[in-house]
Amino acid sequence: MHIQQQETERHTLSVTVDNEAGVLARIAGMFTARGYNIDSLTVADVTEDDSISRITIVTTGTPAVIEQVVAQLDRLINVHRVIDLTERGNFVERELALVKVVGTGEHRIEALRLADVYRARVVDATTGSFVFEVTGSSEKIDKFIELMGEIGLVEVARTGVAAIARGKEAV
Amino acid sequence: MTTEMSGADILIQALNDQGVEVVFGYPGGAVLPIYDALFNQQRIKHILVRQEGGAAHAAEGYARSTGKPGVVLVTSGPGATNAITGIADAMMDSIPMVVITGQVGTPLIGSDAFQECDTVGITRHVTKHNYLVKDPAKLGDIIHEAFHIATSGRPGPVVIDLPKDVQVATAPYRRTNTSALPHRGYKPAIKGDLTAIEQAIELLSKAERPMIYTGGGIINSGPAASMVLRELVKLTGAPVTSTLMGLGALPASSPQWLGMLGMHGTYEANMAMNQCDVMLCLGARFDDRVTGRLDAFSPHSKKIHVDIDRGSINKIVRVDVPIIGDVGRVLEDMVKLWKAREYQPRDLKPWWNTIKTWRDRNCLAYPASVESGEIVPQHAIRKLWEATHRQQPIITTEVGQHQMWAAQHFDFESPNKWLTSGGLGTMGYGLPAAIGAQLGNPKALVIDIAGEASIQMNIQEMGTATQYRLPVKVFILNNEYMGMVRQWQDLTYGGRYSSSYSDSLPDFVRLAEAYGWKGIRIERPDQLEQGIADMLAHDGPVMVDCMVAKMANCFPMIPSGASHTDMILDPAQVSGVMDDEAKALV
Ligand SMILES: Cc1ncc(C[n+]2csc(CCOP(=O)(O)OP(=O)(O)O)c2C)c(N)n1
Ligand SMILES: [Mg+2]
Repeated sequence: MHIQQQETERHTLSVTVDNEAGVLARIAGMFTARGYNIDSLTVADVTEDDSISRITIVTTGTPAVIEQVVAQLDRLINVHRVIDLTERGNFVERELALVKVVGTGEHRIEALRLADVYRARVVDATTGSFVFEVTGSSEKIDKFIELMGEIGLVEVARTGVAAIARGKEAV
Repeated sequence: MTTEMSGADILIQALNDQGVEVVFGYPGGAVLPIYDALFNQQRIKHILVRQEGGAAHAAEGYARSTGKPGVVLVTSGPGATNAITGIADAMMDSIPMVVITGQVGTPLIGSDAFQECDTVGITRHVTKHNYLVKDPAKLGDIIHEAFHIATSGRPGPVVIDLPKDVQVATAPYRRTNTSALPHRGYKPAIKGDLTAIEQAIELLSKAERPMIYTGGGIINSGPAASMVLRELVKLTGAPVTSTLMGLGALPASSPQWLGMLGMHGTYEANMAMNQCDVMLCLGARFDDRVTGRLDAFSPHSKKIHVDIDRGSINKIVRVDVPIIGDVGRVLEDMVKLWKAREYQPRDLKPWWNTIKTWRDRNCLAYPASVESGEIVPQHAIRKLWEATHRQQPIITTEVGQHQMWAAQHFDFESPNKWLTSGGLGTMGYGLPAAIGAQLGNPKALVIDIAGEASIQMNIQEMGTATQYRLPVKVFILNNEYMGMVRQWQDLTYGGRYSSSYSDSLPDFVRLAEAYGWKGIRIERPDQLEQGIADMLAHDGPVMVDCMVAKMANCFPMIPSGASHTDMILDPAQVSGVMDDEAKALV
């Protein structure tokens, strides 16, 4: 007997939650317990009184699974609101990465040239290394990292995705 | 300025303010301050169980039979872990329950202290919500919120982990109302969307082959929901089936009742589910034991699903009209609308004629006697029903064949009388649940229909019944097998009975006597009536060891991986082997 795979989609969800102990464990735990995927997850409090945090989750699954992810998140007592930004369409998604590249001579010059094309900033430099800061969509960052792989990439740190709907309306 | 109270006193006061009458618990180091506070008061009755697992199931039995939340109090570490099965059980069956667990003092948390365990971590996935309380000033609000969460929306268990220093430290207490509770994001839907309700009614009124499929949600919604259900059933003229958890919502004597559906449901209920053109699902969740093979599940129907839990909708079966709300309230709106618009159901005669042909298969028939002279288990249950149904008994069960036979052959006329572990299927549920039910309903006749294997899982609770003079009856259908396991081994594994024989059984009659109960053994069919009469005549707890046919299997049955139309009606159809795909579906 073999287990069959199904078509999946990538969705970005914005989740507002009470900022209190254990919330992240609850959310992450719900994903593992029900066998859903987390591709990336970012969290920070976004209110002046530190009472509410905003979590951006990127997940992949079949449309039915995505619908369940939203419903199951919504059931959690600490969750105020879940918005499927992908479903709504028209949103901005950004990620930041710090990329360390080691090398000398031609490689250094090529790294700087590519960084310029990708609007990455140098945030640290030694005679043998650079640390670049690059922001953009996840695909852009993937591409940048891929290119750097050929010219001395040694380390990457990524923040995961932050996302927000375009236009006047606030969630 | 309010006076300050200790955390333990705040707990007791808040429980009082919640109207709690009974707490099921077991003491230990991390809850001694609470036990001391309990000692100094009279209003809350503490029931000392024999194992914390018993406390959790007793609270479930209390809750399910009274509609009030069950309350549990256990110590840290092993006290909490022992209670987990009952908490998980309450989660699966949506039982309102508040569990207070002791915890080591806050400075010790995380240090692997004596009897420390990460209770909020361990219970996170088997609770509706849980708390670790670090500040006694927040305790009052948290307790009130815990009761609100446990009892509202889709009910469930809530754990409050209470460190020992928080029980001793003092803080002011205020009686909170729900609007001031900490989690403002929690707002369960109550009223369903009216346009969706209109659509549903429209569909139902046009249906040629309507079918109503009810679940535990109707029981949870309260007795009023069962009453409106009856009204809607009359108005629509539709046939009704129910899950294991929903039995009693519609009286079994109703001519529109088709019996339970699903794996051990009736032929007529499963066929009608398969052939209906409009299905109204009320507070049920399309469990795999109910749907059978999904791609063959009710292929021609438009589906309406009413559920209070948004997560239950479109989880397993996609529906055409989802309605999120309390099923009782939605039913009220449906009935109102139906009457206001003066809808008339279509002529359902052809549909009922078809149903009659299915009913005529008489799928629950059993022989009253067998050649071997053994007692036929279904017959024993029917005899028990005959002798007791006028008293409207509360029936609890363990898990196994006896549970399914009880569901099939014991007819229920009203809600809150049938307490069984449906979702988790927990052996050992029945006796403590009966104890909880008896405490909540002191005058009621409470019977645990048990199997000889299951009863041993919480048999220690016999002592609890003795101590509190609870006249519960345990009626063991003793087949000397883990019958349900053996049945699957018959059906799927070529009759290789791997570890399913109940060896070294205790003498249940003498065991009963050792606990101060009355013990009765029934060995032959001609002893059934008298044995049951003797059980009922005794005003204390009784254990009946009823020896039944050892090799009987429970039918009808939808084998795993099969559809509703592929029921096995009769044991002769059993093949004895199954392919891997079917095995994996078990
Ligand atoms: C705690 C727990 N362990 C194991 C099982 C699996 N199981 C389901 S039914 C059953 C056998 C029950 O035997 P018995 O109580 O004698 O009931 P019978 O089927 O014979 O009526 C077992 C082992 C379970 N449901 N619960
Ligand atoms: Mg048995």
